[in-house]
Amino acid sequence: MTGHRPDTRDAGPRSAGSGLPARRAHATRARRKTGPAYPYALYLPAALVYTVIFLVPTAMAFYFALTRWTLFDSEFVGLDNFRDFLAEQNLSIGFRNTVVYAVVTSALKVVIGLGLGVLLTSKLRLRGFLRSLVFFPVLVSTVAVGITFSVLLKPDTGLVDKALALVGISGPDWLGDASTALLSVALVDVWKGVGLATVIYIAGILSIPTDYYQAVAVDGGGAWHRFRHVTLPLSWPATYSVIILSFIGGLRSFDLIWTMTRGGPGFTSDVIASIIYKQYQAGFYGLSTAGNVLLFVVVTAIVVPLNWFLGRRQVSP
Amino acid sequence: MKNLRRAGAEAAALAVAAAVFLVPFSFMLLTAVKDDKQAADLDFSWPTSWPVVKNVIEVVSARDYVLLRAYVNSTVLTVASVALIVVCAAMAGYVLQRRAGRIGTLANFLVLSGLIIPPAIVPTIWLLQALGLFKTLPGLILVEVAFGLSYAVLLFRAFIAAIPRELDEAAMIDGCGGLTLFFRVIFPLLKPVTITVILTQSVAIFNDFVNPLYFLPGDDNATVQVTLYNFQSQYSTQWNLLFMDIVLITIPPLLAFVFFNRKIVAGMTAGAVKG
Repeated sequence: MTGHRPDTRDAGPRSAGSGLPARRAHATRARRKTGPAYPYALYLPAALVYTVIFLVPTAMAFYFALTRWTLFDSEFVGLDNFRDFLAEQNLSIGFRNTVVYAVVTSALKVVIGLGLGVLLTSKLRLRGFLRSLVFFPVLVSTVAVGITFSVLLKPDTGLVDKALALVGISGPDWLGDASTALLSVALVDVWKGVGLATVIYIAGILSIPTDYYQAVAVDGGGAWHRFRHVTLPLSWPATYSVIILSFIGGLRSFDLIWTMTRGGPGFTSDVIASIIYKQYQAGFYGLSTAGNVLLFVVVTAIVVPLNWFLGRRQVSP
Repeated sequence: MKNLRRAGAEAAALAVAAAVFLVPFSFMLLTAVKDDKQAADLDFSWPTSWPVVKNVIEVVSARDYVLLRAYVNSTVLTVASVALIVVCAAMAGYVLQRRAGRIGTLANFLVLSGLIIPPAIVPTIWLLQALGLFKTLPGLILVEVAFGLSYAVLLFRAFIAAIPRELDEAAMIDGCGGLTLFFRVIFPLLKPVTITVILTQSVAIFNDFVNPLYFLPGDDNATVQVTLYNFQSQYSTQWNLLFMDIVLITIPPLLAFVFFNRKIVAGMTAGAVKG
């Protein structure tokens, strides 16, 4: 909950003075006996697992994406897989959907998370209970959430449509209609993930010094002024984290979409990650890996500039 | 007047939150304890009969006790992966924080890459197959460790930054260096952040669906999430059993939530804000 400001302590707190040189000399002498104080050997287990299971496959992906591949032998086909991905409509729709999904979920998580964050840091009597209630879905498995909501969103007989019917709205076939399927899944994603955004905002808002609010009160500003000129600008680090986190999560999202629609109806709610799985199941390993490389490119091309852009704003509050 | 408005706002906030967040969970619970005929309505009614025990027994014994085996698999997977993550990440985070230099810069870069880059699925399968680890629990454990390391390293690094270097130096004067220094002096001090890492990673790995789906397919060694996914097509007519399965699978995270809510929230916000 602390370090909301960029972490500058990374070099380690070396408090100066108080006869340190003498102790340093001692320490150096001792070090000669026992080897370096911070041996690189401590990296070894982590580096080994990370390299073998993560780095090597990631590097190999760039080669296998250019091949027709059966796991046992691979035939180099150049950029064919990528051409397929961009030319075939049921594959290229994944790009649009991936970006739409990430943008919609991040935007809603920022807006709703900020709203709930403000609400749950105010003097509400039940705020402890509400905080827990909003956060709990974060810890429930995505598959369970997906199954539950595909039942709740059933056309006509589902609870959501029944509730809407009570107020005279005939709800759409949320998951069965090509125009609403992706957005419905995105809404469920927000339902499940907004708790994390909320607790990040709560931590951010609580770290704002109360002096600012007192200053607004002295100047006779109301609740809107407090929000617009203090809470909103000074919770910027929280906004930054929420946007980056939900963008990374949203672009890579697979399990919720897969349990709720399997990319359907047709392939209208397919994202890159679900196409990767479908092509893998169909045995097109090269094509699947090309999807992985494209997902890598999309994530890097969006998140790295976004991170840079948002990080730059952080300097001038 | 002001009090009245506040009470009104509170009531409204509570009503909305209850509708949006409580209803789905109550629906899960209610459907899980109904008999199969009433559950088929999939509505929000009060159960007319309560075959709770019968539903539990039916779910657990279904398909030759696959759920029990899945529970064992998930437990082994979670415990082993989290133990490895804690040890590896604590050591790496410690050197990363204490020793700057070219290797440190590279390690920092790799940690951030691990957070952003989506894993390349089929090449990982290919590699695991070459190592003889594909479709085995140890293979999946290594996958979970590799994908979970980055986040844990960040948490450990941030915590170690607050431990003064004078402590290391004092230990060195007493003749303690390298591995002894870390395991005897530093690691015991990391208890608070270790608990945070254990909690967040346990929940994440227990709930993980994608990696078991890819790297540990098949019914023999399925994890609970994969079993639930398979039940979805099997029980499309017996909703009470499907939802009882969901309830049973949600118990471990619920327990973690009840006892360690604050720790989990602290861990997730700290990781988020620094990540």
